[in-house]
Amino acid sequence: MSQLHLQVLEPFVIKQVVDEALQVLENPGVRVHHEGALDLLEAAGALVNRNTQVARIPAPLVEMALKTAPAQFLLYSLDGKPIITYGSNTTYFDPGSAAVTILDHATGRQRAPLTGDLVQFVKLVETLQHLDAQSTAFICQDVPPQMGDLYRLYVALNYMKKPIVTGAFTRAGWNVMWELLSVVAGSGERLEERPLAIFDICPSPPLLWSELTCQNLMDCAARRVPAELVSMPLAGVAAPVTLLGSVVQHTAENLSGLVIHQQTRAGAPIVWGGAPAVTDMRHGSTPMGDPATWLIDLATVEVGRYLGLPTHTYMGSTDGKMLDMQAGAESMGGVLLAILAGASMVSGVGMIDFLRCQSLEKLIVDAELIGYARRFGSGMTIREDTLGLDQLQTNPHQADFLERTHTRDWFAKELYLPSPVVDRGSLEQWEMAGGMAAHQRAHDLIPRLLKKYQPNGVPAEVRRELYAIVLRTARQWGLDHLPKLEEEENA
Amino acid sequence: MKNEVFNQIANTIVEGDPSATVEGVRQALEMGWEPLDIINQGLVVGMNIISEQYSNGECFLPNLVIAARCMERSMQVLEPELKKRQQEVKSAGRVVIGTVQGDIHEIGKSLVGTMLAVNGFQVYDLGVNVSPEAFIAKIRETGAQLLGMSALLTTTMTVQREVIRQLEAEGMRDHIRVMVGGAPVTASWADEIGADGYAEDAVGAVGLAQRLMGLGG
Repeated sequence: MSQLHLQVLEPFVIKQVVDEALQVLENPGVRVHHEGALDLLEAAGALVNRNTQVARIPAPLVEMALKTAPAQFLLYSLDGKPIITYGSNTTYFDPGSAAVTILDHATGRQRAPLTGDLVQFVKLVETLQHLDAQSTAFICQDVPPQMGDLYRLYVALNYMKKPIVTGAFTRAGWNVMWELLSVVAGSGERLEERPLAIFDICPSPPLLWSELTCQNLMDCAARRVPAELVSMPLAGVAAPVTLLGSVVQHTAENLSGLVIHQQTRAGAPIVWGGAPAVTDMRHGSTPMGDPATWLIDLATVEVGRYLGLPTHTYMGSTDGKMLDMQAGAESMGGVLLAILAGASMVSGVGMIDFLRCQSLEKLIVDAELIGYARRFGSGMTIREDTLGLDQLQTNPHQADFLERTHTRDWFAKELYLPSPVVDRGSLEQWEMAGGMAAHQRAHDLIPRLLKKYQPNGVPAEVRRELYAIVLRTARQWGLDHLPKLEEEENA
Repeated sequence: MKNEVFNQIANTIVEGDPSATVEGVRQALEMGWEPLDIINQGLVVGMNIISEQYSNGECFLPNLVIAARCMERSMQVLEPELKKRQQEVKSAGRVVIGTVQGDIHEIGKSLVGTMLAVNGFQVYDLGVNVSPEAFIAKIRETGAQLLGMSALLTTTMTVQREVIRQLEAEGMRDHIRVMVGGAPVTASWADEIGADGYAEDAVGAVGLAQRLMGLGG
C-alpha cells in the first residue's frame, strides 16, 4: 500500500474539469454508433439525433451512473482467491497488452510473436512477484487475425493463475472469450460472482463510441464482467493540445461510457481508465514515456478518484526500440509516478515502441522497477518509541550496527533487496559474471524463473473443452487444428 | 540426545542469538560433551548453514555478522577447555588483519575479518592504526600464514609497502602470504608493492585467502 502521494491537480481544477466535461456531454454530446445504446440513452432522458448518431447526455444521468457504479470490486485468481481489490489504496500492475511484435533477444529486433512466446510470457508473469495480473500480452501471428483476441486468452487460461486484463476485437470474439472464462470458472454465474478477467474498452477520440466498443461495453455490463474504460485522448491531434483540455475530453469519454454501462445494468463493475498520450510534434508519434503524458495520466487518475471510482492508467513503457537508458528512464518515471498517483491498476510494463512491442527481458527489469517504486511509495515508518535515540545511546560511538539484533530485526522491512537483475556487486564480481547490462542479466534469469513456474491446476477435461471452443472458431477461419501448447509437445 | 544438543546450538546461530549459542555451549560442556565435538558438530554446522544461505541470497550481512559473533563468543568459552586438553581447532588458516598505521578506517576491514571467520579462518584482528612492528609481533606470536592489510587513504597505502619491506628485512616474507585491500588499492598496486593478492571486497577476500592457502576457490 502506497503511503506517499503526489497530487497534480488542485481540487478547484478537478471540479472545473468535471464541470466542463458535463457541459461537453450536453453540447456537443458524444457520438454513439450503436442503435441499442442510443435507445438506452434516449429512454433514460438523453437527447438523441439518429441521423448524426449523437447523444446529448444531461448531468442527472451522469450523477445517477456515478451513484450506481461500485467504488470497489474484486478480481479473483483461477483457484478462486481474491487477488485484486479495484478501488482500494493498493496499486496493482499488469503487463501492457495486445503487442503485435516481440523483441527478440538474440537479434535485438522485433519479430512476429508466436504461441510459444505467449506461453513463456504468461509463465514469467506468474513467477514475478511485483506483477499482480496477467494481460493478453501478444497477438499471436500463428493463428488467423480474426481470432487473435480470443486465442491469446485461450493460451493464457492454460497457464495462468493470476487474474487477467484482456479485451475483445469483435462482438463474436467477446462471446467466445466469455464462454472460455465461464468454462474455467465453472459457470456463467460463478464467473459473475468471482470474476477472473476484466475487459479493456477503448472509446475512439474524440468522443466516439464505435459499434464494437459499445457492444463490448454493454455485454460486459449485462454479464457483470468487469469493464475497464481505456480512453486515449491524443493531445494535439485527437484531443485539445492543452493538457487540461485533454483531461476534460478523457473525463467526458469516461463519463459517457459509464452512463451507457450503468444504463445497461446498474451496479456492474467498471473502472475509470485510459491510455492518454501527447503528440510528438516532430514525428507525429504518441509518446508514453513523456512528462506531459505522465501529467495527463496522473490528472485522469485524480479525477476518477474524486468521482469515487476505481482507476486505471497506462504507464511503465518506453517509446525507444531497444532496452537502453531511454527505456530504463521512461519506464522508471512511469512506474514511480503511477505508484505516487495511487492508480488502482497500471498497465504497460514490458512494452517498447509506443505499446507496439513486448519484451520478456524488459518485463523482468520493469518488475524490479515496480519493486523500487513500491518501496519508495511505502515511505518511512516509525518503528519504535524512539526514532534513533535508543540505538545511538546503546554502545555509543561504535560502528557495530551490522551485528545488532536491531539491524537483524528491521533491515528486511526497512531496506529494499533487489533481485539479481540489479547489479550491486563489486567490479570484480560484475566482470566475473560476464560484464552484462541489466537486460542481459534479465535474459539469463528467464530459465531460472521458468523453473519456479507451477501449473495452474486446470483439469484436463476443462482444457479439452477450451480447446474445442477455440477450434470451433478456428474452423470458421480455415484452421483445422490449433498450434500445440507446451505440455502436449512434451507428452 | 547428542544430535539434539548440537542441533540446538546450530539453530541458535541460524537464528542469530549469540547469548543462546553461548548458553547452549555451556550446557553441552556441563553435560560432558567434548569441546571439539561441540565445535565441529554444533557451531560449524550452524556457520555452514548461514554461509550457504548467504551465498544463495537467502540471508544477508546482518545474519552473517551476528552468526560470527555467536561463534566468537562461544570460542571464548571453549578455548580454555581446549587448552586444558591440549587440543586445537582445525582452521582454514590463521590470519592477522588490521588497518595500517595512520589510518583509522575500520568497517571494511572488520567485515573482511567477519567473512574470513565465517568461512573457518582463525582471525586475529589488530584493529586500526596498526604499526608495522605490531603486525610483525602478532604474526610471530600466532604463526599466522596470512596477513591482511587495509588502507583507505592514498596517503596510507604506502604503509602497506613498508610492512612488506619490514617482513623481508626480518626474513619472514617467505613464510607468510600478504593480502591488501581498501578503496584506493588496486591489483596493480598489490603487484607493485610485492603483495600476494588483492580483493575488492569482503566476499572477494575470502576467495583470495582460500586460494592463497591452497584451498581452491
